[in-house]
Amino acid sequence: MSRETPAAALLPSEVPVRFLAEDGTRVDQHGGYSDPPSERLVEAYRLMVLGRRFDAQATALTKQGRLAVYPSSAGQEACQVASALALTDADWLFPTYRDSVALVARGLEPGEILTLLRGDAHCGYDPAKTRVAPQCTPLATQTLHAAGLAHAMRRRGEDSVAFALIGDGATSEGDFHEALNFAAVFKAPVVFFVQNNGFAISVPFEKQSAAPALAYKGVGYGVRSEQVDGNDAVAVLSVLDDAVAHARSGLGPVLVEAHTYRIDAHTNADDATRYRDQAEVENWRAADPVRRLETYLTTENLLSTNDIERFQAEAEKFAAGVRDTLNADVEPDPMSLFEHVYAVPTRQLAAQRALVAAELEA
Amino acid sequence: MTEISMAQALNAALRDAVKDDDRVLIFGEDVGPLGGVFRVTDGITADFGEERCFDTPLAESGIVGFAVGMAMGGFRPVIEMQFDAFAYPAFEQITSHVAKLRNRTRGALSLPMVIRIPYAGGIGGVEHHCDSSEAYYTHTPGLRVVTPGTPQDAYDLLRDAIDSPDPVIFLEPKCRYWSKEPVSFTRDGAAMDRAVVRREGKDVTLIAYGPMVATALETAEAATAEGWDVEVVDLRSLNPFDDETVTASVRRTGRAVVVHEAARFGGYGAEVVARVTEQCFHQLHAPVLRVTGLDIPYPPPKLERHQLPDVDRILDTVARLQWNDEPVVAGA
Ligand SMILES: Cc1ncc(C[n+]2csc(CCOP(=O)(O)OP(=O)(O)O)c2C)c(N)n1
Repeated sequence: MSRETPAAALLPSEVPVRFLAEDGTRVDQHGGYSDPPSERLVEAYRLMVLGRRFDAQATALTKQGRLAVYPSSAGQEACQVASALALTDADWLFPTYRDSVALVARGLEPGEILTLLRGDAHCGYDPAKTRVAPQCTPLATQTLHAAGLAHAMRRRGEDSVAFALIGDGATSEGDFHEALNFAAVFKAPVVFFVQNNGFAISVPFEKQSAAPALAYKGVGYGVRSEQVDGNDAVAVLSVLDDAVAHARSGLGPVLVEAHTYRIDAHTNADDATRYRDQAEVENWRAADPVRRLETYLTTENLLSTNDIERFQAEAEKFAAGVRDTLNADVEPDPMSLFEHVYAVPTRQLAAQRALVAAELEA
Repeated sequence: MTEISMAQALNAALRDAVKDDDRVLIFGEDVGPLGGVFRVTDGITADFGEERCFDTPLAESGIVGFAVGMAMGGFRPVIEMQFDAFAYPAFEQITSHVAKLRNRTRGALSLPMVIRIPYAGGIGGVEHHCDSSEAYYTHTPGLRVVTPGTPQDAYDLLRDAIDSPDPVIFLEPKCRYWSKEPVSFTRDGAAMDRAVVRREGKDVTLIAYGPMVATALETAEAATAEGWDVEVVDLRSLNPFDDETVTASVRRTGRAVVVHEAARFGGYGAEVVARVTEQCFHQLHAPVLRVTGLDIPYPPPKLERHQLPDVDRILDTVARLQWNDEPVVAGA
């Protein structure tokens, strides 16, 4: 007796897919996955340098009170950048609060990305134009939206994919499971990408889930699943390219878990020393995704010192732009509070609008 | 005009919407071949295909969240939550996303979708099948909340709700699914935001909606024996609230009683009383009173008659309206 999709075909590889060891040398742990083209790796490196600088700049701006809060993704650059590179402009990205660097890599303006965290508006870019959903705060809810939108696009005859980012903690939420199930039943072209960065605020993975790896969670739903070394940009890019191609070709959803680490605290407001050892953080620093890719590319003569300096200079300039944008004082218009609550405004709201207008006059 | 039930009127509205607009999709639990547990989607899959009306996995948050994505992708989902209390798993999707996406994206994305929820009691259902959950939804900015009291309104309101560019919580009073009246399928498009005076009267306004409209009308008939001429206003739209119609009525009669099945404390009736008091204070001859369900979890079927406002309880409350007081006229 054979079933259409044997469970074995859905199972992730035994150990996370890996092309590069921590020191940047080649390892053969990549199963059937192929090397991404070298230009793509260089572009990934450029964006990772840019992303790391952006992240540091945003964190610095919280200290100056220019941002209300910033959840850093330092250490997760390989995941962040590959998420954007795996997609075409016609694909939809569903990011969370932590995925600002993925939006940088997608080409959005820093000012637009940081609008939410600065506190000006809930979303600073136009999701309809950019095909980037608003950065989602309620955990795991966006995975269902991605599944629904993926199904909608397929029904309309588009061959676009929806790509949902989610953290390890959020995979415990019901919506994640409902989304995997819906996507599988409807064969929706969606990629669920779990960045397992070790912690959900203070709660370590061991207290989050007893699964050997989150990647196994796809199998029970009939979703093809994979796990990858999240600090190996070559591996993440290769696995995500493959996952997106699988979804795009109509074969159904894919779940990918990346094993990575959150180097900084949950947000600038969090004290990570209360729940983890500095030694652990230092260990993970040694697995730094940016340095790892840099070593590999330079050894392979795909990247020169000149290139590295050029990218760093570009990142510095970019950070200066972020500072300028954020340092400009822009007061949001209070009357905008009453816009877009309803497409057809209610009478109640008109009365309250008049009240605030009168308060502003006085 | 043929006489049809409220469930049939809803079915006709769904069919006409599916026929008129390719973007309209119906989905939920058992809405396909079975036609829904109340048969509101009866025959739609057979007549329009599974593409237009389909069963989903059994997961309410999943249904609502999936509908959010499909609405983002250009469709107009009309989804069914099987019973009131079973919509609670989807509460986060409804309040955090359905209600807010338009505002969060500053108008770039809108969610034209309808969430149909059979609600309230009176059918001898066991627990979790009888909740009146309107206050949760009316308290959430960004949602429109409507509830029909008659088959004609069921047809008109559902068509309007499906056409609405805003998300609509559509509460179906399940005890009225089988009530019948002649229904016309020509719409004037005005049901959605407006209350309606169902019965004119001079002495007191009963303000009701959904399952209580029929009870209020019965009460009005019974009140003639006491010599009271009772007006009945059917809100239809709970949010937005039609102050104009309600206020005009109470100013005419000078007395008002709000009737609903939901629990009293923190309930929707408190909002209505506050608005009426604020706007009609000088015309009121008595405080605005409420007849509501008790502040208890919905009782088991054998006790539900004590929970539901009935004609006697409403009449007793009407009797408390200080009929002998002289009217206080503004400026007098
Ligand atoms: C439904 C919900 N519950 C709680 C929170 C508060 N919260 C914000 S982030 C977070 C931890 C999430 O951890 P994880 O999914 O691993 O993502 P990470 O922050 O590590 O990227 C929590 C509990 C929330 N945003 N949403």
